[in-house]
Amino acid sequence: MDQNLGAPLVTVSNCRQSYHKDTTAELVVLDDVNLTLHEGEIVALLGRSGSGKSTLLRIVAGLLKPTAGDVRWRGQPLRGPVPGVAMVFQSFALFPWLTVQENVELGLEALGMRNDEREERSEEAIDLIGLGGYDTAYPKELSGGMRQRVGLARALVVHPDLLLMDEPFSALDVLTAETLRTDLIDLWMEKKLPVKSILLVTHNIEEAVLLADRILVFSSNPGRVAHELKVPFKHPRNRFDPAFRQTVDDIYGIMTRRAPKEVQPATAAPTGFATTLHPVSTNLIAGLIETLHAAPYEGRADLPALAAALQYEVDDLLPLGETLQLLGFARLEEGDLFLTETGRKFADAETEDRKEIFGAALRAHVPLVNAIRAVIDQRSNHRASAVRFRDELEDHMSPDYAEETLRAVISWGRYAEIFEYDEEAQQFSLEEEDEEEEA
Amino acid sequence: MTNYTPTALAGRRLPNRWDGVALLLVMGLLIALVDVGRGTISTSIATIQNSPIHLDPAYLPYYALRSTARMFAALFFSLLFTFTYATLAAKSRRAGMVLIPILDILQSVPILGFLTFTTVFFLGLFPGKVMGAELASVFVIFTSQAWNMAFSFYQSLVTLPKDLQEAARSFRLSPWQRFWRLDVPFAMPGLVWNTMLSMSGGWFFVVASEAVTVGNTTFQLPGIGSYVATALAREDLPAILYAISAMLVVILLYDQLLFRPLVAWSAKFRFETTAVSAGPEPWMLKILRRTALFQEIGDVLGGALRTITRLRLTPPVRAQIDESREPSRWFDGVWFVCIALVAAYASYRIFIFVSATLHWSDLGTAVLMGFYTLLRVMVLMTVAALIWVPIGVWIGLRPKVTRIAQPIAQFLAAFPANLLFPPVVLAIVYFHVSPDIWLSPLMLIGTQWYMLFNVIAGAAAFPGDLKEAVSNFQIRGWLWWRKVMIPAIMPFFINGALTASGGAWNASIVAEVASWGKTNLAAHGLGAYIAQATANGDTARVVLGVVVMSGFVIVVNRILWRPLFDYATRRSTLG
Repeated sequence: MDQNLGAPLVTVSNCRQSYHKDTTAELVVLDDVNLTLHEGEIVALLGRSGSGKSTLLRIVAGLLKPTAGDVRWRGQPLRGPVPGVAMVFQSFALFPWLTVQENVELGLEALGMRNDEREERSEEAIDLIGLGGYDTAYPKELSGGMRQRVGLARALVVHPDLLLMDEPFSALDVLTAETLRTDLIDLWMEKKLPVKSILLVTHNIEEAVLLADRILVFSSNPGRVAHELKVPFKHPRNRFDPAFRQTVDDIYGIMTRRAPKEVQPATAAPTGFATTLHPVSTNLIAGLIETLHAAPYEGRADLPALAAALQYEVDDLLPLGETLQLLGFARLEEGDLFLTETGRKFADAETEDRKEIFGAALRAHVPLVNAIRAVIDQRSNHRASAVRFRDELEDHMSPDYAEETLRAVISWGRYAEIFEYDEEAQQFSLEEEDEEEEA
Repeated sequence: MTNYTPTALAGRRLPNRWDGVALLLVMGLLIALVDVGRGTISTSIATIQNSPIHLDPAYLPYYALRSTARMFAALFFSLLFTFTYATLAAKSRRAGMVLIPILDILQSVPILGFLTFTTVFFLGLFPGKVMGAELASVFVIFTSQAWNMAFSFYQSLVTLPKDLQEAARSFRLSPWQRFWRLDVPFAMPGLVWNTMLSMSGGWFFVVASEAVTVGNTTFQLPGIGSYVATALAREDLPAILYAISAMLVVILLYDQLLFRPLVAWSAKFRFETTAVSAGPEPWMLKILRRTALFQEIGDVLGGALRTITRLRLTPPVRAQIDESREPSRWFDGVWFVCIALVAAYASYRIFIFVSATLHWSDLGTAVLMGFYTLLRVMVLMTVAALIWVPIGVWIGLRPKVTRIAQPIAQFLAAFPANLLFPPVVLAIVYFHVSPDIWLSPLMLIGTQWYMLFNVIAGAAAFPGDLKEAVSNFQIRGWLWWRKVMIPAIMPFFINGALTASGGAWNASIVAEVASWGKTNLAAHGLGAYIAQATANGDTARVVLGVVVMSGFVIVVNRILWRPLFDYATRRSTLG
C-alpha cells in the first residue's frame, strides 16, 4: 500500500459469505476476500454478475453480516449501518411518494436533525449535484439520469466519509451515464464532494478504468478477488489513450482467462449437475456465430472491439462467449473470441442442419441434456418431471442459478428437438413422432 | 379503471395443516367470546332500552347519519387492526405462520355468522346498555372490512422492493419512521382500494346488523337497517321505498365524496417508474386540491402529520441481515408445541360446547343444507355469467360506454342489496311461488356487479394491437369468443366470480329467510339453517352451521377458484 494514502476507513479480512440449502450443500458466494479502503481513493470492484461484488458492498455497508471474517469501520467492528457510510443504488431506490427534496432529506430525518438545518443541508446537496429547480418534482417526473442525481444527492447530504455505489450508472443509457461519470469525477477532483473515499461496484470495465484508482477484479463461483491492479492515469482520463486501451484489454484478458483447473471431486464430474448454464437464446447464439464468421472478424474477434461494435457490456458478452465455448462453437482466449470448426459448420448450415449440429453439440457438451433424455427414455410414459432435475441442480448451486440453468436447457433442448417441455405440468416429454417410433 | 386483484389470491396455496389449526383457533376464540359474554351477564340482556323506530321519513336523514357513523367507527377499528395485525404477521416469521392462516379462515367465515357470538359477548360486556348493542353492530361491520384490508397490507409488506428496504436501513430510519415513510405509503394504493371495496360491501352489513334478534334478545339501533326492519314488520311499503331512496343518496355521497377522490389520490403512491396518464380527476379531489381554503387546511393537517411521522421515537435498529444463519430449530419446536397445545385446548372446548346439544346427525343435516346452498350458488353464478359476460364485453370494448357504465356498476355493488329484498318477498307472497327457487336470486343481487365490473375492466384492457390483429384475420363469431375474448377476460372474470360467490354465501344467511309482516318464508339451505339457529339462540347449531359454511367456502375457493385464477393468469400473460 502507498504510504501517502490516508488512514484505513474499512478493513475486510478473510471475509466469507455462504448459505446452506437444506443443511446439505453449502453454497459459497464470497470466499476469503480481503479489502482495505483508505481515505482519498476510489476503488472499483469489477466482476461478472454473480461474482459476489454486490454482496461485498452490502457487507461493507453493514446491511449484511458475513458468515465468517472480520469487518472493521475505522478500526471498530462493524455491526450495522453506520452514519459515516451512504449508498447509491443501481435502481436509484427513490421513494416514489416523496418529492426530490423529501427524498434527499430522508437520511437527515433519520438523524433527527432540526428543520432549518435539514433544509439548508438538502438545499446545498441539491445545488451541488445540479438538481436546483427540481426540489418539488416527484421521481416519476424525472428522467433516469436526473433520478440517479437524486440518489447521489441523497447519499451526499449526510456527508458520509465513504460513498458506496452499486452499479450506479448501469441502468442509464450510454450518454447519460457518461455525463454523470464526468460530473462525479469533476466534483471529486475539485474536492467538492463531502466524502473521503468511494467504493464502486461495476461490471463495466471501461467505467472502472475511467473512475478508479484501484481495481479489484472478481472471479465467479465462488466470488474471489482474482486480481488487483492500480490505475496510474491522471484525471480527466482519455478513453482513446493507448495506455488506457491497453489496460482495458488487459482486464478483458484477466476476466476471460480460464481459472486454473482445480481438481474436481470425483463425484461431481460426470453428472453435469454442477455446471451453471446461462439462459442465452438460440437466436443470440446463432447471431453471434454468424457475426464472428462474417467480415470483418472472419472467425476471430477482439472482445473489447466486439463489445463496442455490438453495444454490449462485458456482462452481456461474456456469458454469450462462454456459452459458445461450452458448446464447442468457439474458444475464448486472452480477450479474444474465435470460432472453431463446428462453429464454422454451424454458420454455413441451413435451419434443419443447424438444429442437428446444435443437438450434437448439446449431447456432447451438456451432460444434463443427456441425463434428462435418459430419464425420459426409461419411463414407460416418456415423461419426466422437471422438479427432480431442479432439486438435483440446487444441491450444487443457488436456487436462482438452478432456475437459470434449467431454463437454458429447456430452451436449447426444445430448439434441438431433443425433448419437448410442458410448462403447465413442468414435465419433459418426447416429441410426438419420436414417441410413435419408440412405441 | 383501477384494476383490482384480491390480495388473498396472489400466491396462495392449497389447503394444508395450518388451515386446520387456524380453523380450530378461530372457532375456539368465538366460543370463548360466548363464554365470556355469558359469564359477565348479571342482568337479563333482554332489558336494553329500545328507543322506538319512527317510520316518518323526516327521521331518515338522522338514521342515515347514525348508520354512516357506525360505518366509520368500524373503519377506524379496521385500520387499527390492519396496521398492527398485518405488521406483526409480516415482520415475525413465527407469528406469520399462525396469523396468516387465521386471517384466511376469518375471511371465509360468513360475516353474519359472527353476529350471534359477538352479540352475546358485547351485550354481556355492557349488560343492559345500548353501548353493547352498538359495539356488536360495529363489530359485524368491522368483520366485513378488516380481514380484506389486513390481507392487502400484509401482501404489500411482504412485497416491499428490496432496494427501498435497503435504502431505509442504510439511512438508518427508526422503525416508526420506516413505517410511515416506507411501509404505509407503499401499501397505500392497495389498501385504499381494498378499504373502499370493503366499505362498499359493508353497507350490506350495516343494514343487516342494526336490527338483531338472538334468542330472546332483540335490539334495534337507530339506523336505516332498523327502519327497514320496522317497515317490514308493519307491512309498510312506502316506508321501504323511502329507505331505498335515502340509501341511494347516502351511497351516492359516499361514492362521490370519498371513494373516487381517495382512489384517485392514492395513485400518487403507486410504485412505478413511469408517469402514466390517470383518468380524469374526480371533481371532489379537484376542489380539495385547487381551493385555497382546503389547501390551507391540508397544509396544516399534513404538516402536523409529517412532524409526527418524522419523530424517531426509538433509535434505528442496527441489525444486519444474516443470510447464513438458520432459524433456531429449538425455538421453532417450542413455538410449534405452544400452538399445538392451544389448538388442542380449543378443540377440547369446541367438543365440550358442541357435544352438549349436538349429535352426529346434525352434522349430516348441516352438510346436506350446505349442498343445497352450493347448488343454488352455482346455478346463480352460471346464470349471472351468461347474462353479464356478453354485456360486460360489449361495454368494455367501447371506451365511451365504459366510462359511463363502470362507475354505475361500482355504485350498484355498494348499494345494500338487502334493501331490495322486501319487494321480491312481497311478490313471492302475492303470487304464492316456491321460496326455494324465488328467494335464491336475492343472494346474488348485491354481488353480481363484481362480475360485471371485472368483465368490463377485462374487456377494456384488451390490447389495441390484438384488436387490430383480430380484425385483420377476420376472426368472428364463436371462434372470436372461444379463442380471443374468453381467454382475454378470464382472469378478470374469475376474480369477479370469486368475490361474487363469496358474497353469495354470506348473503344466503339473510336471503334464504324472509318475512313480510306475520308471513315467514324460508328456503332449504345452510343460510336458512344458520339464520334460524340464530333466531332461536341455539349457539351450538350456529357454530356448526358457521363451521360447515366456512368449510364449503374454503374448499370451493381452494379447489376451484384459485387454481382457475392461477391457470388463467399464467395463460393470458406473455412471459
